[in-house]
Amino acid sequence: MTLLEQPNEPIAVSSLKQPDSRGHFGPYGGSFVPETLVGPLQALTEAYDKFSEDPAFQAEFDEDLANYVGRPSPLYFASHWSKKLGGARIYLKREDLNHTGAHKINNTVGQILLAQRMGKSRIIAETGAGQHGVATATVAARCGLECVVYMGAEDIQRQAANVYRMRLLGAEVVSVHAGSRTLKDALNEALRDWVTHVDDTFYIIGTVAGPSPYPRMVRDFQAIIGREARVQIMEQEGRLPDALVACVGGGSNAIGLFHPFLDDADVALYGVEAGGEGLSSGRHSAPISAGLPGVLHGNRTYLMQDSDGQIIETHSISAGLDYPGVGPEHAWLHDQGRARYVTVTDDEALTAFHEVTRCEGIIPALESSHALAYVRTLASELGPDKVIVANLSGRGDKDVSTVARLEGIEL
Amino acid sequence: MTNRIEARFQMLAESRRTALIPFLTAGDPGPEMTLPLMHGLVKAGADLLELGVPFSDPMADGPVIQRASERALLQGMTLAKVLRLVAAFRSEDATTPVILMGYLNPIERMGYSVFARAAAAAGVDGVLTVDLPPEEGEEYLAAFDSVALDPIFLVSPTTTDSRLRLIDRVARGFLYYVSLKGVTGSATLDVDGVRARLSNIRKGSHVPTGVGFGVRDGKTAAQLAVAADAVVVGSALIERLESAIERGLSQDEAIGEVAALLEEMRLAMDQIEELSHELA
Repeated sequence: MTLLEQPNEPIAVSSLKQPDSRGHFGPYGGSFVPETLVGPLQALTEAYDKFSEDPAFQAEFDEDLANYVGRPSPLYFASHWSKKLGGARIYLKREDLNHTGAHKINNTVGQILLAQRMGKSRIIAETGAGQHGVATATVAARCGLECVVYMGAEDIQRQAANVYRMRLLGAEVVSVHAGSRTLKDALNEALRDWVTHVDDTFYIIGTVAGPSPYPRMVRDFQAIIGREARVQIMEQEGRLPDALVACVGGGSNAIGLFHPFLDDADVALYGVEAGGEGLSSGRHSAPISAGLPGVLHGNRTYLMQDSDGQIIETHSISAGLDYPGVGPEHAWLHDQGRARYVTVTDDEALTAFHEVTRCEGIIPALESSHALAYVRTLASELGPDKVIVANLSGRGDKDVSTVARLEGIEL
Repeated sequence: MTNRIEARFQMLAESRRTALIPFLTAGDPGPEMTLPLMHGLVKAGADLLELGVPFSDPMADGPVIQRASERALLQGMTLAKVLRLVAAFRSEDATTPVILMGYLNPIERMGYSVFARAAAAAGVDGVLTVDLPPEEGEEYLAAFDSVALDPIFLVSPTTTDSRLRLIDRVARGFLYYVSLKGVTGSATLDVDGVRARLSNIRKGSHVPTGVGFGVRDGKTAAQLAVAADAVVVGSALIERLESAIERGLSQDEAIGEVAALLEEMRLAMDQIEELSHELA
C-alpha cells in the first residue's frame, strides 16, 4: 500500500533525506577539518551537487559500472549453504565478482569522474587492506592520472600482494610509520598530503566517513548495490527480503546495500562489526558496539577511544575492518534503531570463511566473512520461510596467505 | 579579571613590537620538562606561550610535532594534566598569556563546558582547536563565552574574504594565519605572499593577527614580524629540543638550547623592527 492510500497515516521524514545541507546525520557527520580544507571541501560539495544532477555524468558512471566494473553483480541464491544451515533462504550479493574483486571500485569509478571534471591532475587515497588502494590505482591508471596511496607500514607487511598490484598499476605506495601504522594513520597522512597539495589534488576517500560531503557521496556511489539487490530479489523471490546483513568497518558496503531499503520498515538491517578476540578482550574494532561518540578524520561518529579522548588501537583479523571509527550515517541509524549493529569474533569469521568456501565454492574476503558469520546465527533464528540478503563485499584471494599462516602454512 | 591576551597585545602595540609566541607540546619530552621550559621561554623573550595538547591523530601536524605528541602520550600526558601544568605555571607567572592548541576530541570527551570552566580556572587564556571550523562550533563557543575563554581560529591561504568575515565575528584573542598550504613545520615559505595576505587580513579583522607554520629561523621570523602582530614558532624549537635530548644533554642544558634559539629570533625581530621604525 502506498502512502497516498493512507492519508491519515503520519508521514515520517524519509531516512533517505539525510544528511542535512552541512553533512549532518543527526548529531553525527559534519565537517571537522583544519581551515585550509574548508574551501576545497566546499568546492568538492558544489562540484558533486552539480554533477550528480547532470545526466551526462550519470550516464558515464552507469556505462563504467556496466562495462568496466561488470555490473550488475549477481544476486546468488546460496542453496547449498542455506540447506546446510537449515534456516532462512540466503542470497549473496556478489560484489566479489566486480573488477578488482570488491565493492570498492563502485566508488572510485564515481569519484575519478568527478576529479576529471574538476580538472585535478593528481589522485591520493588511503588504504587498509589494500582493496581501496587497488581500486583507486586502477581507475587512476585508466584515466592517466598520477596516483599516490598512503598505507600503514603494518598493513604493507600484511598485504604485500596488493602493494605490488598498486605498483604495477603505476601508483606510488607511501608507507606510513606514524601512530599505530594502520589505516587510521594512512588517513591522517592522506589528509596532510591534501592540505599541502589542495590545488591540483583530488582525495578519493574509500569509505562513508571523513568530512562532508564524503559520507554522502560515497554512499550515493555505493547505493548501486542495494538498488540492484532490490530489483534482483523481487525477480527471484517476488518480495523484499526480511533481513540485510553486511560487515561494517567504515561501512561503505553496508550503507550501499542498506540505503535503498531504509524506508522499508519490514526489512531488518544488520551491520556486523569486527569483534576481534571478543569485546571483553578490548582487542576489537567495534566502535558502535563498544565505543563512544567523538570527532576524528573530519566527522563526528562512534570511536574507539580512551577516557582522555585519545584514539586507541584496534584489532581485527581483517585489515579492512581494522579502523577505530565508523561512517556517521551508521552512527545515526544505530541511534535511531533503524539498523542493528552486532559483532562477530575473528574465529567466527574464519569458521564462516571456511564453510562458505567449501559449501558454495566461493572464497569470501575476511571482511565479508564477518557478515557471513552473523548470517549463520540469523538464518536459524529466522527460520526457513524467511529471506536474507548478505553482502559478499569482496573476494578472499588477498586473504589466502593470512588464513594459511593461521594454519601454520607459509605460502 | 583583565584579559591577559588583550593586555599583552596592547602593551606590545604601545612599544611597537610584534609578539613572539613559542609552541611546545605539553609533556614532551617528559612531563617534568614542561614547566621549566615554559618559564625558560618567557625569560628568553616569549610574549605569549602556546601549549600543544597531545592527540593520537594530529592530522594538521608535520612529523616534528607528531613525534612530540607521541612522546608526550607515551608518558601519560592527558588534557586534564595539561590543565594542571598551566595552573602550576600560573602560580609563578600571572601575566604571560597561555594558549592551548590541540584537536577537538579530547575536549569533546571532557565535555565542552567542563573543559571551558576547568581551563579558565587553571589560567588558560585562549584555545585553538585545529579541527573545529566556526561552523561546527556553536556549543563550543557558548561554553567559552560563559567563562571568558578566548576561542582562537585559523585563517589559511584558502580562506575567502567572506569566510574571513565569518571567522572574525566569532574569534577573540587573535587570528592565527597559517602561512602556507601544508602542515606545521613545512619548509618553504613565500614571505612576500604571506606578507601581502597578512596586511589584507589585518585590515579586515577586529583582533590582532598572528602568523605561524613554517617559521624556521630568526630571518623568517623577522621578515614576517613587520607584517604581523605575532609570530608563532613551533617545530624549529621542538627539533632543537629533540637534538639536545638525543645528544644526552641535561634538562637545564636542553632548555638553554631551546631558549637560545628563541632569543635569536627575538633579537632578529627587534633589529628589523627598530630599523623599520627608524625608516618610518
